[in-house]
Parts: sequence; structure tokens; C-alpha cells
Amino acid sequence: MTERFVTRGFVGRRGAGPEGGGAGDVASRVPPGQYLTTDFPVLSAGPTPRTPLDRWSFYVEGLVREPVTWTWDEFTALPARDWTVDISCVTKWTKLDMRWHGVSVDTLLEAVELEPSAAFAIAHSDGGYTTNLPIGDVLNGQAFVAWEYDGKPLSPEHGGPARLVVPGRYFWKSAKWIRGIRLIDRDVPGFWESLGYHNRGDQWLEERYSGD
Amino acid sequence: MSIAPAPPARRPSPIAWRIATVTSIRDETTTVKSVTLSIPDWAGHRAGQHVDLRLTAADGYSVERSYSIASEPERGSDVEITVERIDGGEVSPFLHEVVVVGDRLEVRGPIGGYFVWEAAGAAAAEPLFLVAGGSGVVPLMAMLRHRTRAGARNPARLLFSSRHWDDVIYREELAALAAAGDGLLVVHTLTRSRPPDWTGYDRRVDDRMIGEVLAPLGAGARCFVCGPTALVEVAANALVRLGLPADRIRTERFGPSGT
Repeated sequence: MTERFVTRGFVGRRGAGPEGGGAGDVASRVPPGQYLTTDFPVLSAGPTPRTPLDRWSFYVEGLVREPVTWTWDEFTALPARDWTVDISCVTKWTKLDMRWHGVSVDTLLEAVELEPSAAFAIAHSDGGYTTNLPIGDVLNGQAFVAWEYDGKPLSPEHGGPARLVVPGRYFWKSAKWIRGIRLIDRDVPGFWESLGYHNRGDQWLEERYSGD
Repeated sequence: MSIAPAPPARRPSPIAWRIATVTSIRDETTTVKSVTLSIPDWAGHRAGQHVDLRLTAADGYSVERSYSIASEPERGSDVEITVERIDGGEVSPFLHEVVVVGDRLEVRGPIGGYFVWEAAGAAAAEPLFLVAGGSGVVPLMAMLRHRTRAGARNPARLLFSSRHWDDVIYREELAALAAAGDGLLVVHTLTRSRPPDWTGYDRRVDDRMIGEVLAPLGAGARCFVCGPTALVEVAANALVRLGLPADRIRTERFGPSGT
């Protein structure tokens, strides 16, 4: 085991604050290398797409018995619920108790009947963004598609009209502007996963970058 | 016929933490400093990428932050970051007030492969349009320094929004780069106060300003926008409306979302 490096003169603030670490119960909810924020920072690689709701639709396709497409009205009429989750972004911020409203990915996949070979879910977004997730990472209440944040319609900068939310992974897996899920039998890296970021992105294992 | 065993899955090697030495610290403005880190075994970077920095206390408590690289790839393993002091922060005040030349800091990188510009191939000849707000100029400065060092002469424009004239990061160096006559124009806008003889823009970046500064470059420009969310939203939306394809507009954001 190598000796731990110590930064000369660094003590740290360790308080919950705009740039602090957090204390006690709160600290145990902050993954390694993350700091707490009360803001909701915006990150994206390009311009914010804007699709009018009357032209918006959501599909589940690929290795399914019967693909399905919902209009906005149909989609938001699916059985939905409130979700309160902690979110960690690979850029190092963690925000606790974020309140969303949306539909579980379980509900979406129940509507199709997966082929036995379906093993990976690829989220597709307006603007061409993609992200890859093993099906095991999105089932059993681990992922949902949200259209409300904090009691209000999700704003375009934050991924509205609807975004995927996968709280157990770094936030780039929570694809903004999601328009569909494609089920496939092999893993295909998505946008950031092809640009040096980790394929799985588990924030508790600090899987930030390829090879971590 | 025999079936060859499948090769073991190739696991990429991790981006290693390295112990860098601080070789210089320079004031850019009253709240912004540039810190040069000499990083052993640095494999090189592209303009626009960043590094992660980790500070560790004696009891093992540690924090990490990401900082854009300000230096051009041609400077090699002397990697410069430019840090704005955030009041109440944990890392930036440490870098401003505690770190001295000769200190050692843990870093790893380079990180990020999308918000990058290289003076090679088609990109070296295409117009380059950069929009910065405040310390969002840092990765764009790496691109401009790289452009000069690489000898590129493509038309390039930087629209740079700062609050006050004395807040303009890299002010003298930007003026020198623009004076070299290799096709770079730097356009400032000052949103809070102006020097008495100021004739330039005096407001936040808006559609009209983007249109005016972009116009000579045309819709074939490659665009990089970095700054607070409000500025990035305005600039990127304006570029889309001006007809630039979304995949030629690359963005990086920082700061509070304002919501």
C-alpha cells in the first residue's frame, strides 16, 4: 500500500455549505470526491433542444415483442409518482433530496415485453445524445423518466420536457431531453462513455473516467 | 478446426493521480490567479480539456475539483490552471492564500474529449468563434494560445463578457494575441462599469451582439461557448437561430443556474 499523499497546509472546511463537505448523516450521503451544493447546476455539451409538446413522443423499441410510442398526453397519463433522490454529477457536485415527478422505467418496459436477449438500454435524446445502461441498472425502481422538478414542469435547461433520472449513477446517465429507449443485446458506449468517461459511472465507487 | 479463446476484455488504464509541483503563481486580476503545475509523466492534452485536483488533509479528509487547463498543448507538462477565488469556498481560497511555489499538489488528467479544438485538419482552416463569460475564458484561452503557437491563421473571434475592465482575465495577453495580425479579433463587453473612454459593448451578451460579432465568420464557424448558464443559454440559442448546426456549437457551463 502506498503512503497517502498529504497536501501541505490543507485542513478543509468540512461544513455543509456552498462548497463544504457536509457533516454527520449528510456526509454519509455524499459520495467520495463530491461536495454538497444547494444550486441545481446546468451542464450540457451543446445547445438546448426545444421540441414542442405536440410534436413530442416517447418510444421503447429494439429487442421487444412490440415497440410502443406514446404522445406527450399519453406518456404523462401513465402511472407516475413522486421521487425524492440524491443526485451526484461527475463534475463533483451532489445535491440531496431532489424532488421529481415521473414514471418508472419499470412501467415503460412492462408495456413492451422484452426479448430474452435484451440486456442493455440505450437512452436516446433530442440533439443526438445517448447513454448506455445495463437493464439491471434501470429496473426495480432504479430509474424513472421525469417531467416535473420541485413541483414545476422541468425546464429545458434541466432536460425538459422530460429527462431520464438514474440516481445511482453519475448524472450524465440521466439523459436530458430523452425521447426513447432502445433495448439491445450488447453494450454500446454512449456519448460521454465514448469520450473518456466511465462506462458504468457508479458514484459510490468513484467511477468517473474510463479505467477508474 | 479450433476456436480461439476470446481475448480478455481490454480494460482501459485509469487516469493516474500524479504529484505535481507548483512552479509559478501569477495574479491575473484581484480575484483570479494562474498556477503552473509541473506534472511528471504528463501525456499531453488538447486545448479545452481539464484536470482534476485533489487536496488531502493529514487525517485523510479530501476534496476534489475540476479546473480547465489554460495552457496550450505546446507547453507540454507545464500545465497552467486559472482559478477564480470563490468567497466561502473550500478549494479556491486555499489555492489563492496557502499554496506557494514549490508546493506539491495531486492532479490527474487530461479529462474531457468534446469541448476541444485542435489546429489540425479541417478545423485549422475553419473560422473559430469563441464566447466567454468571466472565468469561462480559461479553456478558450488554451485554444487561442494553441492557435497562435500552431501558426494557424484562420479567422477567429473571441466575444468576452466581463463585469468591469479590471476583471478582464488575460487582458494584456489577449491584446497581444490580437495585435499579432494573424486573424484574431477580441471583442469585449463590460456589463457593470466601463472606463470613461469606452466605445465597446456595455451590456450582457444578447442575440444582436452574437449576430454582429459572428457575421464576418459566417455560418461555417466552429463555436465554443463557456461561462455561466445564463450566458451559455443566450449564446447557444442565438447561434442556433442564426443557422449554425447544433453539432458545431459546443458548450461548457459553470456557476449557479439561477433557479
